Amino acid sequence: MTGIDYSQKIPNNVDLASDKRLQRALEAWQPNYLEWWNSVGPTDFNTKDVYLRTAISAEKDGWAHFGYVKMPDYRWGIFLEPRDEKRTVGFGDHFGEPAWQQVPGEYRNWLRRLIVTQADTEPASVEQQRLLGHTAPSLYDLRNLFQVNVEEGRHLWAMVYLLHTYFGKDGRDEAEELLQRRSGNPDHPRILGTFNEPCTDWLSFFCFTMFTDRDGKFQLLALAESGFDPLARTCRFMLTEEAHHMFVGQTGVARVIERTCQVMQAHPDKDVRDYGAIPLDVIQKYINFWASSSTDLYGAEISSNSANFFRSGLKGRAYEERYDDHLALEGSYAFENLVDGQLVREEVPLRNAMNEVLRDEYVKDNEKGIAYWNRVCERMGNPFRFRLPQRRFHRKIGVYAGGHFDLDGNALSQAEWERRQGDWLPTAKDRAFVQGLMQPVTTPGKSAGWIAPPAKGVNDQPADFLYVRA
Amino acid sequence: MAVQHAPAPPVQFQTSPSRYRHFQFQVQGDLARLSMNVQQFEPQREGYELKLNSYDIGVDVELADCLQRLRFEHPKVRTVVVTGSLERVFCAGANIVMLRSSTHGFKVNFCRYTNETRLAIEDASDKSGLRFLAALNGTASGGGYELALACDKILLVDDRNSAVSFPEVPLLGVLPGTGGLTRLTDKRKIRRDRCDVFSTLAEGIKGKRAVEWNLVDAIAPLSRWDEAVAEMARSMAAGTKARGEQGIELESIEPEGSDQVASAYGPLERTRWRHLDLSISRSARCAELTLRLPERWETTQAQALSAQSGWWILRALRELDLCLCNLRFNEPNLALVLLRVQGNPKAWRDTDNLLAASTHWLVRETRFFAARVLKRLENTAKSFYAIADQHAAFVGTGLELALACDRIYAKDDEQCAVHFGVTPMNAGVLPMSNGISRLQTRFLGTPEQASQVLAQTEDFDTARASELGLATFAPDAIDWEDELRLAIEERTSFSPDGMTGMEQNLRFAGPETMETKIFGRLSAWQNWIFQRPNAVGERGALTTYGTPLRPSFDTQRT
Repeated sequence: MTGIDYSQKIPNNVDLASDKRLQRALEAWQPNYLEWWNSVGPTDFNTKDVYLRTAISAEKDGWAHFGYVKMPDYRWGIFLEPRDEKRTVGFGDHFGEPAWQQVPGEYRNWLRRLIVTQADTEPASVEQQRLLGHTAPSLYDLRNLFQVNVEEGRHLWAMVYLLHTYFGKDGRDEAEELLQRRSGNPDHPRILGTFNEPCTDWLSFFCFTMFTDRDGKFQLLALAESGFDPLARTCRFMLTEEAHHMFVGQTGVARVIERTCQVMQAHPDKDVRDYGAIPLDVIQKYINFWASSSTDLYGAEISSNSANFFRSGLKGRAYEERYDDHLALEGSYAFENLVDGQLVREEVPLRNAMNEVLRDEYVKDNEKGIAYWNRVCERMGNPFRFRLPQRRFHRKIGVYAGGHFDLDGNALSQAEWERRQGDWLPTAKDRAFVQGLMQPVTTPGKSAGWIAPPAKGVNDQPADFLYVRA
Repeated sequence: MAVQHAPAPPVQFQTSPSRYRHFQFQVQGDLARLSMNVQQFEPQREGYELKLNSYDIGVDVELADCLQRLRFEHPKVRTVVVTGSLERVFCAGANIVMLRSSTHGFKVNFCRYTNETRLAIEDASDKSGLRFLAALNGTASGGGYELALACDKILLVDDRNSAVSFPEVPLLGVLPGTGGLTRLTDKRKIRRDRCDVFSTLAEGIKGKRAVEWNLVDAIAPLSRWDEAVAEMARSMAAGTKARGEQGIELESIEPEGSDQVASAYGPLERTRWRHLDLSISRSARCAELTLRLPERWETTQAQALSAQSGWWILRALRELDLCLCNLRFNEPNLALVLLRVQGNPKAWRDTDNLLAASTHWLVRETRFFAARVLKRLENTAKSFYAIADQHAAFVGTGLELALACDRIYAKDDEQCAVHFGVTPMNAGVLPMSNGISRLQTRFLGTPEQASQVLAQTEDFDTARASELGLATFAPDAIDWEDELRLAIEERTSFSPDGMTGMEQNLRFAGPETMETKIFGRLSAWQNWIFQRPNAVGERGALTTYGTPLRPSFDTQRT
């Protein structure tokens, strides 16, 4: 062996130092990972010291260790929540059986597919966001961007750990391919559509971390219930980090709103654009776009895959313990199906509707974020109120992809959709305007004119803290 | 979960490009493009949706029609690109809900018909030099990949996601039964262990590995997909020649009338076509199918060509093909078909001389079509008796029709003009699916008998047909009616399953081909599996697929 001190290089709680098979796999993979980071990550900032949080143990507070670090030297660790020896499968046909510590052969392919699909989103978002560092509205935001990026990188590691440890050669091949697909590449795109959407301005970034990372949260919650214990434990640990990403999104959009409200207050009856702020209705359009695109990520409303994953104990519901019935064999789920252009109320067996059950939780959570933004308007005395588009709006996946709907979910003709979509989704002009505002601000404590400064520093640091230094 | 059998409307086998709902068909010069665009909400019957370019009989009828038109209407075409119009999906195969909600008989007929359609692709390649390129623009699973396997070459998009797959065994507990397993081993000659792995891996195989295993011929990235398809199509076209310049239009064939006629076993409902009568007695479970030879027929190639799709033999074959399909799907309870050919035997001699000798593309296509129709008859799960009585003309191609039947009843009566005879068409021009002629198959152990039949230069009667080993029974005028009545009554009294199984075993003596394996081994096993509780029982894999339940198996190996 090469004599690498694994616990130093790769902080972990999986006894990497004595696992020869895993060492071998990761040694082969790690150089390719770094190459990936150096070619499609935030490469122009690799030599900067960034004030980052690193997870160094799975103990309480172990996940939040702050200090300056150059991103390529970030210690991408592998952490699983400590094992509960008595844990049992919490749902599906294997309910009550001891949780699996090894992959059941019967479910190997499904499980691998689930892990690969989740894993694919992690590097994808880093790729989508790779150029944003050049236009960060403040050092605080720049640092948050990089924090999100390195943590997505760590999540990739966590998933690759599972592939390497439990899925043999196929797992290693899949891990390799995770580094080969590229967001937005026409030849080998990332698996899920939203992760191929360009994310080139900061309003998009905030919306992405708000809505798309929130999908991540609910996928992780569902996988954290998995009967395959190592997956469940990995996901639970990832959830703490995911929460921070959504914080970045929710407060980011809130600060943009706050700034616009300030300008509107100071210059009533004027176009806020003239004062370098983003109109509230344009912000609403960005919300409409990212919320709808992220709503797609839950998949089809009626899905045999979701039924299979649930019955086999691989992917549960978010907060499964809150439900009384963990078999979900009896109930049904009613939803509006789109049949030949008409919305028709239909009941489907509950297990086949698990995607929709998870989407329900997601929509509820999004509503809370919207309410948070509306409180900003309220506080600023602005009558504008934001809204979440109805889930049928602007869908590319599932039954509603077969029609057109307005923000309230009312069906529209193709022609009407064509005519009105510019009222609801960012137009080329909107995008050009937002893009035009994107100028970097690197003076400590200063923020760009289109966004209010943060309420509070990272790790209680002062407002003019040097989060990123040369 | 209870299996629901939706009442099925009759299957319509006639269509034309302007009426296609599920395919976009374009011809440009020597290139045809057939793009699958299955309409989700237009299934052949109610009760299922055709998602993800999955297909049912309505879709396959259009595919079969298109293949037929390519051969007759587009002789200039050298390459056919078969692709899909949906994003990321080529074709998801036969629709599962449709299969689950079909009767067993319908499932078997569906499978048989779709197999014939795929074999028609290979026949067009083999006989007419049409080259088929499966341009898989997305995932091809199950029957989708089987369709691709029937093509000459397979190009798969390399988007790190699209795969070819056979999820039938791991997900549904049934087989890729439309030629899939046989074409892996016998056509693409993939190692059996790899076939084994591939056929149990629901998500399939993609990219370089698919090429390495010869599951596809090549892969191409999305950014140069259209270019790669065009290049491959061009290079395939370069290896083959156009058959002709100007095609003919296949006219629509409609019945010319219907009436009721009396028969020994009660009234028959008769449908009259230009060259055929199909008379049915549902109570006796018997049909009479009579080919009436024309009184005037085309005697020269020039006449045949100018008649176009009205050329009597082409029209008669199309009518026969249509009747066979209708008998299979829309008359499931009929047990027995009495097949007659009546008229002036000279019509056969003139026509067969043309069919056997001409090198003109249209005549050749008609000859190849005759071979396919005869095979369609032999793959039909009905008993067939050839009946040689008044004005019988089982000569040449007509004799092939008799030889395709399970038995030949010939009336031995001087008052009754019965004509048997051979033409060059009996000497291997119309091979069976086992690759040899019907005479060779009939006299497998005594090839000299086949030669003896082929040596007959003149028409011959029942007595001679009996001596030559052609007539199964040759009752005289006194016995004829009673013999026939008994033969019919006996036949329709047997177990329909016993009959189907027995006939399918007896009809194809001799060598095995990929085709006989597909029907005789793959489809037969599939049909067995389709009946088993492990597939269609309350907790069978096919029943529980897509429901919240997991399948539960009877673990006993059979």
